[in-house]
Amino acid sequence: MNKETMLTIEKLPSGVPGLDIVTDGGLPQGRTTLISGTAGSGKTILAAQFLVEGVKKFGESGVFITFEESAADIRRNVASLGWDIEAFEAAGKWTFVDAAPQPGEPVVETGDYDLGALIVRIELAVQRVGATRVALDSLGAIFNQFQNASIIRNELFRLAVALKQMGVTAVMTAERDDEYGRIARHGVEEFVADNVIVLRNVLETEKRRRTVEVLKFRGTTHQKGEYPFTVMPDEGIVVIPLSAIKLKQRSSNVRISSGNTELDAMCGGGFFRDSIILLSGATGCGKTLMTTEFIAGGVSRGERCLLLAFEESRHQLMRNASGWGRDFEAYEQAGLLEIIATYPETCGLEDHLIAIKHAIERFNPNRVAVDSLSALERMASVKGFREFVIGLTSFIKDREIAGLFTVTTDTLLGGESVTDGHISTITDSIILLRYVEMLGEMKRGLTVLKMRGSPHNKDIREFSIDGTGMHIGRAFRSISGILAGHPQHVPPRELERMEALFQDTPGT
Amino acid sequence: MSNYKLRLYITGHTTQAERAIANLKRICAEELQGRYEMEVIDLVEDPEEGERQRIVVTPTLIKQLPPPLRRIIGDLSDKQRVLSGLDVLPAFRDDEDTSRDEIDASGEASGDDS
Repeated sequence: MNKETMLTIEKLPSGVPGLDIVTDGGLPQGRTTLISGTAGSGKTILAAQFLVEGVKKFGESGVFITFEESAADIRRNVASLGWDIEAFEAAGKWTFVDAAPQPGEPVVETGDYDLGALIVRIELAVQRVGATRVALDSLGAIFNQFQNASIIRNELFRLAVALKQMGVTAVMTAERDDEYGRIARHGVEEFVADNVIVLRNVLETEKRRRTVEVLKFRGTTHQKGEYPFTVMPDEGIVVIPLSAIKLKQRSSNVRISSGNTELDAMCGGGFFRDSIILLSGATGCGKTLMTTEFIAGGVSRGERCLLLAFEESRHQLMRNASGWGRDFEAYEQAGLLEIIATYPETCGLEDHLIAIKHAIERFNPNRVAVDSLSALERMASVKGFREFVIGLTSFIKDREIAGLFTVTTDTLLGGESVTDGHISTITDSIILLRYVEMLGEMKRGLTVLKMRGSPHNKDIREFSIDGTGMHIGRAFRSISGILAGHPQHVPPRELERMEALFQDTPGT
Repeated sequence: MSNYKLRLYITGHTTQAERAIANLKRICAEELQGRYEMEVIDLVEDPEEGERQRIVVTPTLIKQLPPPLRRIIGDLSDKQRVLSGLDVLPAFRDDEDTSRDEIDASGEASGDDS
């Protein structure tokens, strides 16, 4: 270890959303970071975005060196991401060094050469715009352009040294053949970069999953492992740093109403203001109704509510609500409710997550309801779904607002859905809605399974639904095995019968 | 008689650059007597010119005239390739490889040897 690496290495915040969490603060300042990935993994976008965010967020200028596409092509390609490179150039914040081969000009090689001209041009460009950020795209294209690979290899090393002397923070892109193979083609990582970021684009159960991994940062720390990212129109790459999220949320003792007085009582006085509530039940047993009441409960107290619907359209939701005496249209007009109804299949889970985050940031709700999570579950692999839920819950908790998620169980009676098993540990409260078959009749039961940080009623209570909503009644005393899905009538023993005699019997 | 207009780009007077200059002078003297114009441009002194001409590696030799424009990179030690790159029909030789060796090794004019 030489003297230089003993010194602390400063990080330059990239400004790419989420990336600075994964990199523990940004890219190593004054050094070169290799961005390696297969074709279509987003290397050029990340390289360009490193400069774009520098201009937009930090007022730092950048130089983009292109070996493959012409400057005009790059300007055009990134325009779809909402980046106006021409405006940056006009403002003296961005300049290209076009080192792409000239079409129709065959190059004849006659002996040894070096990249001296390129280095001189980069120095000129860096000086001209006062650049602190440099991007080179891509190393593979240099090797394709020139025949003598050993010269290029040595010269790239010289280039990396020259960049260091210029004091700029640089990224270089490089191609790789396999998602889980050598770092890059041509063995470039060995001589150009102490720092390597790998972008992946893996096909996983028929879905494309993009991830970013910091493979190494010499002499400084970073988060380990792969983190999903997505490419958003008008935004570029957004990294979702799930497992790097710290459990730092404060927790509140403030209670909010579930919208149902009886349920509030069962929960020991309502939900906590910043809690995640999971509502599980078979199809048609009242989840959407409870969601509706949750929203109505918020709106009636002047709280803003965001409803994210993935199963029913706006129109259906409004009709449902009015059937239970809740006027969603009026809530919307009052500006207290926003309904976003989308098909889960419209985009990938990562994109949904970003879209939801944006909606929450924009509308700034006190309550968020997702109906249903199960609809989103079929969109991704088990791992991808779990990451989505963690990302969403941590975001909601971070903002100290309440989130109600519904999940659908596969079986009509009892049963646990896959979703429950995956996310139940992340949620604060779990409410189960179950069908109960009793003496030839289908009844509905509700229980509060979990209520973190509070005592709660542990009965399985019968409830009914009418034109004014949900009415929770008395407990099923003479039935057991409801949650297991095998309800059995238990002849009440004498003691219980005595007990029942003295209980008041609210109408059901 | 066509006139060759040649520009040789270098970055600093490195041994490689000097070798390219010497090789070019020799080839011109041998093959293009009186029919060429040659200019050496050091990009360390004039980096703007490197940007204008989009030079990536040095030495780069650009044949501006006669058309078509040609780019030849390297220290020009391979005479045959230089000549074909310049679209100059090389004088007939029995053994093409010797020309390259001779220029490399001694820098002596080798035109009359074969």
